[in-house]
Amino acid sequence: MHRDAVLQALVLVAVVAGMVWLVGNVQSNLERQNINSGFGFLSERAGFGINQTLIDYTEDDSFGRVVVIGLLNTLLVSILGILFATLLGFSLGVARLSRNWLISKIAMVYIEIFRNVPLLLQIMFWYFGVLRNLPSPRQALSVGDAMFISNRGIVVPWLEAGAGAMWYGLGLLALAAGFIWLRRRALNAKLTSGQPTQVWRPLLVLALALFGAAAVMAGVPFALDVPQLKGFNFRGGVTVIPEFVALLLALSLYTAAFIAEIVRSGINSVNKGQREASAALGLPESLALRLVVIPQALRVIIPPLTSQYLNLTKNSSLAVAIAYPDIVSVLAGTTLSQVGQAVEIIFVTMMIYLSLSLFTSWAMNRYNQRMAFVGNAT
Amino acid sequence: MSAKTWTPTPARPAPANTVGFVGWARENLFATKFDSALTVFCAGLILYVLDVVFGWAIVDASFSGEDRNACLKQVQGACWPFIDAKLGQFIYGRYPEMERWRVDWVFALGLLGLVPLLMPKVGFKRANVIFMLGFYPLFSFFMLTGGSFGLVPVETSDWGGLLVTLVVAVTGIVGSLPLGILLALGRRSELPIVRALCVGFIEIFRGVPLITVLFMASVMLPLFLPDGVNFDKLMRCLIGVALFASAYMAEVVRGGLQAIPKGQYEAAAALGFGYWKTTRLIILPQALKLVIPGIVNTFIGLFKDTTLVLIVGLFDLLGIVQLHFTDSSWATPETHITGYAFAAFVFWVFCFAMSRYSIFMEKHLSTDPNQ
Repeated sequence: MHRDAVLQALVLVAVVAGMVWLVGNVQSNLERQNINSGFGFLSERAGFGINQTLIDYTEDDSFGRVVVIGLLNTLLVSILGILFATLLGFSLGVARLSRNWLISKIAMVYIEIFRNVPLLLQIMFWYFGVLRNLPSPRQALSVGDAMFISNRGIVVPWLEAGAGAMWYGLGLLALAAGFIWLRRRALNAKLTSGQPTQVWRPLLVLALALFGAAAVMAGVPFALDVPQLKGFNFRGGVTVIPEFVALLLALSLYTAAFIAEIVRSGINSVNKGQREASAALGLPESLALRLVVIPQALRVIIPPLTSQYLNLTKNSSLAVAIAYPDIVSVLAGTTLSQVGQAVEIIFVTMMIYLSLSLFTSWAMNRYNQRMAFVGNAT
Repeated sequence: MSAKTWTPTPARPAPANTVGFVGWARENLFATKFDSALTVFCAGLILYVLDVVFGWAIVDASFSGEDRNACLKQVQGACWPFIDAKLGQFIYGRYPEMERWRVDWVFALGLLGLVPLLMPKVGFKRANVIFMLGFYPLFSFFMLTGGSFGLVPVETSDWGGLLVTLVVAVTGIVGSLPLGILLALGRRSELPIVRALCVGFIEIFRGVPLITVLFMASVMLPLFLPDGVNFDKLMRCLIGVALFASAYMAEVVRGGLQAIPKGQYEAAAALGFGYWKTTRLIILPQALKLVIPGIVNTFIGLFKDTTLVLIVGLFDLLGIVQLHFTDSSWATPETHITGYAFAAFVFWVFCFAMSRYSIFMEKHLSTDPNQ
């Protein structure tokens, strides 16, 4: 015990001494190179433009606002990426287990190709190889004269919402709630009485009633904003920049390959007897999958799935290679080159990712606890 | 009365549509109407994709030529002469042509040491490991950097291509393995301060993207060092990659440590072994063997991640391919795609081979009688 305490004290002293030495070096280096320190720069004028901002931004705004914009861009691409990668990954994972030989092999080839090629290469392929090679806006590929695909990005029509659009939003929320309630009621009825219950017809009635009510309350507060070619570029609509498309595409396709493998091993881990038992109870294949197999597979799937989500979020930092304005690109790229305060800027960037990681693992752990075996806690 | 032996009539053959290819196809491709529709759709999809890929890579491709003029046909597929002309650059970077034999020697010796090491049946593992971890890195260092033994010095800024990719990947794995083992042991240590430091290190490096670690290595590390002390950029990136990979390696090794039954520790204690003796002779040999597939998987990830060094200005394989797109004598609409296809293929071959090896080892090491 005595030896342990001495050992630990030595380790602690060594680490602290190392830190002090490093901080001392940093201070003398900064003084010698005349670099400011502290976080004062966050309130200074940024003075550069950003090509995708989810909140209002001009060059006169501060570096602090730049951080927020970068963070929002990172979150946008990560959340959409997680959504698409999950959908594609689950489909591929199920396809990999299909009884159909061809489907299973196609899924296998997809998985083996996409997860064995570096993500950065895939991002660059989509951006420099495909999207930047598209025709200029004047020769843009057009989809029904409403959506235009060119090397400046994808321009899509957008609904301009006026006053009263809120009523429609509320109606949509109520409809979603109604849908969930109807589904649950139908399932309960099916499990207790074996009789099927209508879901879609009452839902349609509900939708008509809700949107009718919204129309009475607020009229039609929407105007369709269709993009049009003016000079060398498009006016109107919403432009999705090619950097975003390339990053989202590469992140989703790459991560989907990993999720597919996780889903496959998860479903495989469910005992065959569970399927046989549900068949013996008369559950049709689809219900057996939804009520018996998937809930058990999820226990195996969720922990590695969480780490894939975290990987995707961290991988979105590769945006810097194609200048998509994510947090690393605007902070450790542009801001760093303007301000020069490497220590503070890298620290802030790392802290943001650390908090994102910790928050995601916390949230997923909560969910995982709810899904865990009841009465079989280990 | 002669005895009659009853002989059963021979069994009739199974119906033709349940055996052979037809039977297989009925079961695996056309089991239900829905399956048949899917099969037809997928077959169409495959034919279409194959048509596009072969058309691009072979039928419409150019195979020889000296510059961009070879790749400006009406319908242009891949521009392979570009790869042919730049292959030396893609493998060695700007390493002087006269000195490339040194790189070849390093590659060859590495292969010579690695192949028997990977084959479970070949003996001399201990000698081989000592060779690969002791002699080989020193040999490679002196061969590649030069400046001694009468070799011309070659600046690391002239290294590039596959050479840099392999140097970063191999140093990353060789550096991260011992560090990862120490961190994993530290995380399971009973000493609270050691444990806290290890947990902190592991969680911080696992919580941030590699690119921020590389930025830290390239712009922050010089600030942390005393005035006058400076590493070159490749060295700084190697440190960053090794630290980053060691955090992941630590978690893999921890998995192996957790799988060792308590009885092993107790048996070692009963024999009077101390902590280090127990760890070195009893625990680690078993734990590391268990996690070989995990280590290989970490290596695959690390190998793909080496491409990130191009963001901080080193020219790995992808970086050098990217660099040569700016060569105007090869500027064609197909140069980009051809270059990416080549780089993707090289990375794919390495990663796929490693993943197959990982599966092979998993089966080889498995003690599960059901497999």
